[in-house]
Amino acid sequence: MINTGNDSVLQAQLREPAPRQPIRVRGTLIKAVFLFLLVLCTILFLAPFIWLVSASLKTRAEVFNNELLPNPVAWQNYIYVWQAAPMLTWLRNSLVVGVLASAAVTVSCSLIAFGFSYFRFRGRDTLFGLVLATMMLPGVVTMIPVFLVWRSLGQINTLTPLWASNLFGSAFYIFMIRQFYLGLPRELFEAARVDGASYFDLWRVIALPLTRTALIVVFIFEFKASWTDLVKPLIYLQNTNLFTLPLGLKSILDQFGQGGEMQWEVVLAASVIVTVPMIIIFFIGQRYFMDGIATTGIKG
Amino acid sequence: MATKSLVTRPSVRQGRVTPQQRELFAGLAFISPWIIGFLIFTAGPMVISLGLSLTDYDVLNPPEFVGFENYQRLFTDPRLGLSLANSFIYALLHVPSVIIVALGLALLLNRVGRAAGFFRTIFYLPSVTPAVAVATLWLWILNPRIGLVNQGLALLGMQGPGWTTDPVWIKPGIALMSLWAVGSTVILYLAALKNVPNELYEAARIDGANSWQQLLRITIPLISPTIFFTLIVNTIGALQIFTEVYTMFFGNMSSGAASSAGLFYNIYLFRQAFEFLRMGYASAMAWLLFFIILILTFIQLRVSKRWVYYEGS
Repeated sequence: MINTGNDSVLQAQLREPAPRQPIRVRGTLIKAVFLFLLVLCTILFLAPFIWLVSASLKTRAEVFNNELLPNPVAWQNYIYVWQAAPMLTWLRNSLVVGVLASAAVTVSCSLIAFGFSYFRFRGRDTLFGLVLATMMLPGVVTMIPVFLVWRSLGQINTLTPLWASNLFGSAFYIFMIRQFYLGLPRELFEAARVDGASYFDLWRVIALPLTRTALIVVFIFEFKASWTDLVKPLIYLQNTNLFTLPLGLKSILDQFGQGGEMQWEVVLAASVIVTVPMIIIFFIGQRYFMDGIATTGIKG
Repeated sequence: MATKSLVTRPSVRQGRVTPQQRELFAGLAFISPWIIGFLIFTAGPMVISLGLSLTDYDVLNPPEFVGFENYQRLFTDPRLGLSLANSFIYALLHVPSVIIVALGLALLLNRVGRAAGFFRTIFYLPSVTPAVAVATLWLWILNPRIGLVNQGLALLGMQGPGWTTDPVWIKPGIALMSLWAVGSTVILYLAALKNVPNELYEAARIDGANSWQQLLRITIPLISPTIFFTLIVNTIGALQIFTEVYTMFFGNMSSGAASSAGLFYNIYLFRQAFEFLRMGYASAMAWLLFFIILILTFIQLRVSKRWVYYEGS
């Protein structure tokens, strides 16, 4: 009697995995449905890109025919846009501004964040609170006076206002890099101090290399912000030869697009040219983009 | 330069300076770029902006003091009311749809294992596309006659609206376009979903909770801090939308319907400042926006106490 009882318990235990089978099948099925939905979404997300590239390679008569493949392929659109607009100059301006803006903000924020994390002094946390508070301020509040500052310095119609303010740090990046510094053990720095390292050495030799990932994230995000910005170029640049790519594209849109000469294939080719460098940089630095957003919530 | 000399020579001063003072000087030296920048590019401009908002100033002539005239005008200017309403309507369309779509995509991504990396990359691509290019492209994607959106709707047997021409549909059109750049929010949500402990779902399953109940009772409460964060950031961002709309509907060309239905707050502000050179009025507008954003953030913080769940509280 007792034996049989045990047997039935044993059998029940042996049988237990059995009902799992349908769950696993159901799991795979659900996963398949999810994958299908994601592929659908992928097509929706990629469709505008595909349309853009395809239309930019079509002749004027066929640019809006919505055919997947251009036939004939009008490579001349791309040649034409390089001749019709100073694309190379704009590309150079964008690169110069992007690199200067990113380098300036990366170095300055790294220094400032170090000042806010390693050193202990009265009023530090109050000051840091002020750094965070500036993030609440909408850009339009300071837009006009900052314009007047650059104007009084004779910097209107130069590239300087597009990057130079980055030499003084940027609240969000300071916050972000400081988070990384706070994760470094203090003993690391104290040991170097005992060995006679200066404060500047602490930053350059220890802090800087150890926060490389964070700095790359900052550099990449600032480069993206600078590369895609229209507002500052719109405010500060009047001379066509100083335009960055976004402002250049806007001027092409105004000239060749609506209200203009109606050469949309040219506008679309220019759009591709403005977009491609950023996409390439994204694929190279993908890991940093993803880490940057996931850990900090940067608005990409 | 000052930074370096202060920081590298503390040993010279060691005799006279206490360690606390040394840390203070060195710390201040490191943060001095920020302090200078704060004075030149934030604090100073705030004071100037407040002052300018009490004047008539066209850049070319010296500012003329007018008292609170600009602020009074804020309440009587119909274009300002229109632009504010446009921005709010857009925010109301944009913010909930971004949160829902991003959450949906993140939930899908969370269930497909390693393949998620590939899809995540695709979803993020539009976010690295320059806004001017996005807007140029979407002028055609949203084109009422030949655009992909309305062609797609036609396949489903529906007649799509005039996204870029019909005043009623311009803001929904822009909100639809903004959904294309939902990728960064998806990535944030996905990171938050990964932090929800699996045991909770197992426990819920044992208690017989279905997927929908698990979503409402476990997933959403546990990632509510992230949802709340994106709610605030996206609301503030939506109220300040500029580049996409400016590219599509403003600049050299004037497009009839969009010049009112697409007149967003920051576009009106920008035009007042740099096209009509009414710097004083534009400054008053900027302060009104700051005030609105402060109030909205405050309200959201208060309301959030009721629905945002923080671990350990």
